[in-house]
Amino acid sequence: MPDQQVHMRVWRGDASGGEFKDYRIAVGEGQVVLDVIHAIQAQQANDLAVRWNCKAGKCGSCSAEVNGKPRLMCMTRMNIFEPGETITVSPMRTFPVIRDLVTDVSFNFRKAREVPAFKPKPKEADGTRRMFQEDIDRVQEFHKCIECFLCQNVCHVIRDHDENKPAFSGPRLFVRLAALEMHPLDTNDRIELIRQKAGIGYCNITKCCTEVCPEHIHITDNAIIPLKERVVDRYYDPIAKILGLFSAKHK
Amino acid sequence: MAEDKYETHEYDVVVIGAGGAGLRAAVEASAQGVKTALVCKSLLGKAHTVMAEGGIAAAMGNVYPEDNWRVHFRDTMRGGKLLNNWRMAQIHAQEAPDRVLELEEWGALFDRTKEGLILQRDFGGHRYARLAHVGDRTGLEMIRTLQQHAVHKGIDVYMECNLQRLLTDGGRISGAFGYWRESGKFILFKCKAVVLATGGGGKAWKVTSNSWEYTGDGVTMALDAGADLMDMEFIQFHPTGMVWPPSVRGILVTEGVRGDGGTLKNTEGKRFMFGYIPEFFKAETADTEKEADAWYDDKRNNRRTPDLLPRDEVARAINSEVKAGRGTPHGGVFLDIASRRPADYIQRRLPSMYHQFKELADVDITKESMEVGPTCHYAMGGVRVDADSTATTVPGLFAAGEVAAGLHGANRLGGNSLSDLLVFGRRAGLYAAEYAKSFGGSVSINNNQLDQYAHDLLAPFEATGKENPYTIHSDLQQCMQELVGIIRVESELNQALEIIQRLRQRSRQVKVEGNRQYNPGWHLALDLHSLLTFAEAASLAAIERKESRGGHTRDDYPSTDAKFAKVNVVIRKTNGQMTLAQEPLPEIPGDLKALLEEKS
Repeated sequence: MPDQQVHMRVWRGDASGGEFKDYRIAVGEGQVVLDVIHAIQAQQANDLAVRWNCKAGKCGSCSAEVNGKPRLMCMTRMNIFEPGETITVSPMRTFPVIRDLVTDVSFNFRKAREVPAFKPKPKEADGTRRMFQEDIDRVQEFHKCIECFLCQNVCHVIRDHDENKPAFSGPRLFVRLAALEMHPLDTNDRIELIRQKAGIGYCNITKCCTEVCPEHIHITDNAIIPLKERVVDRYYDPIAKILGLFSAKHK
Repeated sequence: MAEDKYETHEYDVVVIGAGGAGLRAAVEASAQGVKTALVCKSLLGKAHTVMAEGGIAAAMGNVYPEDNWRVHFRDTMRGGKLLNNWRMAQIHAQEAPDRVLELEEWGALFDRTKEGLILQRDFGGHRYARLAHVGDRTGLEMIRTLQQHAVHKGIDVYMECNLQRLLTDGGRISGAFGYWRESGKFILFKCKAVVLATGGGGKAWKVTSNSWEYTGDGVTMALDAGADLMDMEFIQFHPTGMVWPPSVRGILVTEGVRGDGGTLKNTEGKRFMFGYIPEFFKAETADTEKEADAWYDDKRNNRRTPDLLPRDEVARAINSEVKAGRGTPHGGVFLDIASRRPADYIQRRLPSMYHQFKELADVDITKESMEVGPTCHYAMGGVRVDADSTATTVPGLFAAGEVAAGLHGANRLGGNSLSDLLVFGRRAGLYAAEYAKSFGGSVSINNNQLDQYAHDLLAPFEATGKENPYTIHSDLQQCMQELVGIIRVESELNQALEIIQRLRQRSRQVKVEGNRQYNPGWHLALDLHSLLTFAEAASLAAIERKESRGGHTRDDYPSTDAKFAKVNVVIRKTNGQMTLAQEPLPEIPGDLKALLEEKS
């Protein structure tokens, strides 16, 4: 396949504002959007800011919006676009822009600090930790998260509502909380945090997060809904409430 | 006062790099009660460790009870063609199981055996199934566990902060200096000890599995601060990188594919590795397809498949097959697991490989063969360290992980990197903390040194030339790929040195556009210094070692040479120039030597 010229529109700017700039550039066989961004950087705009690391969908650094859709640029093949189609690349909208395609995602790291740590129960009598594959399968699904924050980006609770950010942790953190809550060894209790500080009640399960997850984690069905159920069991079920006074944490 | 000019922070220990080694070092230093900072170039959790696939090598004996540290030690030494620092190999094999179990205490969830213990998988050069793993995303599990543990311990993390120079005072470490990527503003750390955990320099090659971060900055900072480098000639070309399409060339295909039953074939459909079993590994390698296939299920009565010879052997074999005209049109060979294992097994064991080939190459690995070829993957060499404490030859400077030399000798076994990060990351944190605690006097910053560094870092904005940093980087990658690759020859290595000198001159003419705020062009312009230093050291050491061994193959000296079996090539800076020396390997004690001589 001979190299083809494409028309790229890339958002350039910083916190004070910016605009889309046009670039025409050759695309080689098998290339992904990140390759084209790198080509623009090397040939036409040395200072074009973009995050990336692995280039294989494993690190979650190169999240952006391509033609308005939240995607990893390294896993978005150029051949999915129509020949002659103009391709627009802009930074994730939910987070403040630092420069060009780079956004300030510190929100996610701040929220992560609020999560109570993993607290394992004592070891078995023989000093081992025995867990069976079927008991950890569901948690391993959550551990696939590469922290690309596309789920956070697409979540309508915070996407256009900065005011909700202090009271809502977002899908990435619900996946993390679910991983801890369902960990067979963990003994910590995070239900109050999930209800209050993490604000799971804001989520009305539109599943936008699940749709954009590049790791295909069933965020809504497997993480958020079970967490919501645990909150309901704890706070809104009168019988469970009474029993809860006498029982250990529901696992 | 430096403090007035630049944002300044004071710590006991500053850890540079937040992959497995850096995170583990920071966790340990902090646990020892010293004030610790963790500084990384990317966001936390994005370092190279996240890309590691296959697993963590540790002789836990969960699958084969006869496995123990002695066998792991022997495998590591033999895989490294006996050039390893024996003490590091011993410590590594002895401590790796505890380090894996510790991750479980911090929340990691490894795949399980039927008995509910940590499952272990086969890998190249390991006698028993030994790699603790999570499918083919072990690195992700490891970095996330360490990252979350570090966060819960309240360690100060400086993300997207690029430290470029070490500061010394009277020959010992006094700080580190660099810039925030976001603002481009300078930042100064005053500290008693620095732990380098910066990884290697694989980005100096064109076909590489390494990310932009792998610029050799740790090696360069250490060398510039007066530390010794060692074994820089040994570069690991991982035998299986993707080769097609061109945009993905070099991206890693885990050795786990072969560990789980995949086999290499040429275009004639032949399993060619049977033709490349070296004398050194004959006794422990299957010589028929029948025995090789039986080995996966019964290791007691069969020898290991040659598909899982150490990486240097497999990479050279692929190279030879392609040269002999038995390679694919895209210059690779076939890696076939589709015809050997059921589709659901492949998807369960190798989910990220399945995804990677499907999305990036339109190949369904449960139905078709993959096309693979060697890719620059790992530097065995790096900063010379004390085996027990990871101390470099500069007081206050410690190094762990890929940036350090010694453990892997001439060639690293797969799975031994993640365990290296944990074992020596912990030790680096421990001994750096001890050093800081016993530190006498106060840390003082040499302001002249600091001002000079600040001036150097801003030079690309003021240069009068017109060079593009991306072009220089790409020219260097081309040079290293062609002239300092898998097969080397003296005339080409000399040619590489000349090119590197010319590129260094050109790098002084680099002109950067834009301002200091998150400017990748400027960042790359600064990284050229370390990329070129790493490349020069690798080329010089490759000229010095006139033999072939592990990750260093000389066409003009095709066999091993007993004389070179006893020495490391050491590089240090004297009057601004790199100088070379051959220095004797530490003598291995008799009881450990006996382990190496045991027939398998």
